[in-house]
Amino acid sequence: MVSQIDPATIDTIIDKYQSEEGILIQVLLDVQHEYNWLPQEALKQISDRLGIAFSEVYRVASFYKAMSLTPRGDHLIRVCLGTACHVRGAPRILDNVEQSLNIKAGETTQDMKFSLERVNCLGCCALGPVMVIDGEAHGNLVPAKVEEILNKYD
Amino acid sequence: MVRLQSPAELEELRKHMLAKRNTERSCITICSGTGCRAYASEKVSTAFEEEIKKQGLDNTVDVKTTGCHGFCEKGPLVVILPGEICYIQVKPTDVAQIISQTVAESKIVDHLLYADPVTGEKAVHESDIPFYKNQTRLVFGNNSKIDPTNIDDYIVLGGYSALSKALFTMAPEEIIKEVKDSGLRGRGGGGFPTGRKWEECRHAPGDIKYVIVNADEGDPGAYMDRSLLEGNPHSVLEGLIIGAYAIGSHVGYIYVREEYPLAVENVFIALKQAEEYGFLGTDILGSGFDFSIKVHRGAGAFVSGESSALMTALEGRVGEPRPKYIHTVMSGIWDRPSTLNNVETWANVPLIINNGAAWYTSIGTEGSKGTKIFSLVGKVNNTGLVEVPMGTSLRDIIYTIGGGIPEGKKFKAVQTGGPSGGCIPESLIDSPVDFDELSALGSMMGSGGMIVMDEDTCMVDTARYFLDFLADESCGKCTPCREGIDQMLAILTHITEGKGQDGDIELLEEIAEVTKNASLCALGQTAANPVSSTLRYFRDEYEAHIVEKRCPAGVCKALISYYIQPDKCQACLICLKNCPSGAITGAKKQIHVIDQDACIKCGICFDVCPQRFSAVKKISGRSVPPPPPLEARAIKERKPRRKR
Repeated sequence: MVSQIDPATIDTIIDKYQSEEGILIQVLLDVQHEYNWLPQEALKQISDRLGIAFSEVYRVASFYKAMSLTPRGDHLIRVCLGTACHVRGAPRILDNVEQSLNIKAGETTQDMKFSLERVNCLGCCALGPVMVIDGEAHGNLVPAKVEEILNKYD
Repeated sequence: MVRLQSPAELEELRKHMLAKRNTERSCITICSGTGCRAYASEKVSTAFEEEIKKQGLDNTVDVKTTGCHGFCEKGPLVVILPGEICYIQVKPTDVAQIISQTVAESKIVDHLLYADPVTGEKAVHESDIPFYKNQTRLVFGNNSKIDPTNIDDYIVLGGYSALSKALFTMAPEEIIKEVKDSGLRGRGGGGFPTGRKWEECRHAPGDIKYVIVNADEGDPGAYMDRSLLEGNPHSVLEGLIIGAYAIGSHVGYIYVREEYPLAVENVFIALKQAEEYGFLGTDILGSGFDFSIKVHRGAGAFVSGESSALMTALEGRVGEPRPKYIHTVMSGIWDRPSTLNNVETWANVPLIINNGAAWYTSIGTEGSKGTKIFSLVGKVNNTGLVEVPMGTSLRDIIYTIGGGIPEGKKFKAVQTGGPSGGCIPESLIDSPVDFDELSALGSMMGSGGMIVMDEDTCMVDTARYFLDFLADESCGKCTPCREGIDQMLAILTHITEGKGQDGDIELLEEIAEVTKNASLCALGQTAANPVSSTLRYFRDEYEAHIVEKRCPAGVCKALISYYIQPDKCQACLICLKNCPSGAITGAKKQIHVIDQDACIKCGICFDVCPQRFSAVKKISGRSVPPPPPLEARAIKERKPRRKR
């Protein structure tokens, strides 16, 4: 993987939390927001700056769902599989997205266009079944509508 | 803003604000909770602002974006004050008409009113709508009156008066006594008495103590904490500051899910504004009490919502639970005494301080006092957030407030308590809802998710769903939870795939018992509840899957088939064109047939077949009838398409 990180950016993020305790998760989240994933160089730099063992940084980064250790595609699709969406047919929506993109949940398409995630509740249950693409919610879905929505993203 | 130095200054400010506000002036309030935003409520607000400018009404009409009103099913919601006229499902194109008729001429726009799905009766005012009329919105009610990014709105409604009362007229011990006497129990799931928790923490040795808001709302299907924090953040902050004073803490944390960006944003704004007025920081309201709050974004781990795990996460580490033989009130974050309460619990505190424990105990049941907010979702007509007194029956919540089951389907069960809870069948629908009653039914209160299920929901699949969720979320630290959940999931998956065998049910029961008794934290201890409760009430569905290889609800893919009824097919080509796997053969005037080997059972043909034909049939437990031979597939006479 070609390095895309700018050490100065990560320094700025860390400096924001100067002298606070327990900031590792917050720093990782900010870096994740900046790059959409957590490159290894970034984790190393964070480990050095905060004086936390690289293994511990890696452990935290691999534990939490919001953090990704692999690059994500241009568009992030989150299909909600919360209970409310589940009883309204969310598994069929996920099946359909997986089939349309030819990837499984947790994977990214080869052209790096889409990453697909299943999430456990987005908290907009009245719209279920719902999927969120780049922060935009598509609610009251039926499988037959999925492909049409995906085609809108380039 | 001026930092307030005394209770008198706060009251002076409130008086000043009230005098400035003209209650006769028209105000258009637009719900901007996450649900309405997903329905593009922001475009509606922009349209209102532009239209008001266009019609030159800037000086006579206000526009206010508020927190979640709760009736998410019908968003975007617009309420016009002072008449409290409520419009539902408002689109930007409706805005001009609302301004020219309702605002300018006080006329009602009929087609935007709520109409009862059964009687067709229309409701003009928000409070006339059955969904709202039958609720008691003590905690949640102010959401619709407040712009969460403007602290003045909260102050006008009496905000921070409980804090001022607590700081200047009550000793910490008195506050704790009041909360204890109120009978308030934790709204996050456990139902532990809040006052006792505070008392133990106050008496715990140590100079530095912490108070924490748990806004790591992880239960799927529950979103009341999100709406409260997004819509009325100051009510939570006020409760937290009062708690901190009572316990003797000077640093608080708000642990909020990163998946709730609007809640994070509104909390930061609220903190800044509260500090500017002097409700936070040093020498709060001139009382000498210092308190500050830090925000920690949770990075997505269900188990981190457990109190000891959450505290570990606050330290910046992997949020795993630890054994709690030493309580977190004695040794929590950085081994210091820490009190953690849920968002809704904190928001109840100002009410108790203002109105007293006696008032609070007059609401609710013997063992559960006050109200509870539920997220009423799933197969129910009026999806949304519902606040009712403890002890209200499930029937009242689902039918009177929720408007019953859509499309005339039959109610099957209601799932409460999230993945730790259980499914309650129709025969028990008159049960009152409180902490103890739900536990007795084999479910639990949890944080307040209430997922309604109809006849099309498979209970074995539901149990499998929750176990799948828990297998994903178990941190894996202790074996009974990690392995128990995995093994139960494997058996349930087999059953839903038609591979169930004799003895599976007994084995499930055995593993459930061990997982419950031997797991470290509540996640594992309650993980078997979805299995146990569905076995208790819906054993026949398990047996149908195992013995007859039949899914009565028609959900489990491996046990269902779709076929096209030759006598009903009108050869319209719609299913054929929509089938993603190319499994349907046919042509114009030729009956369509599904190739069962190529069918992936996605059900799209079933969805798209026009209702007037209803030719696609879903079956389970029996084999598909052979299709008509090729030569018999031509449709000779065209049947009349539609009767006019």
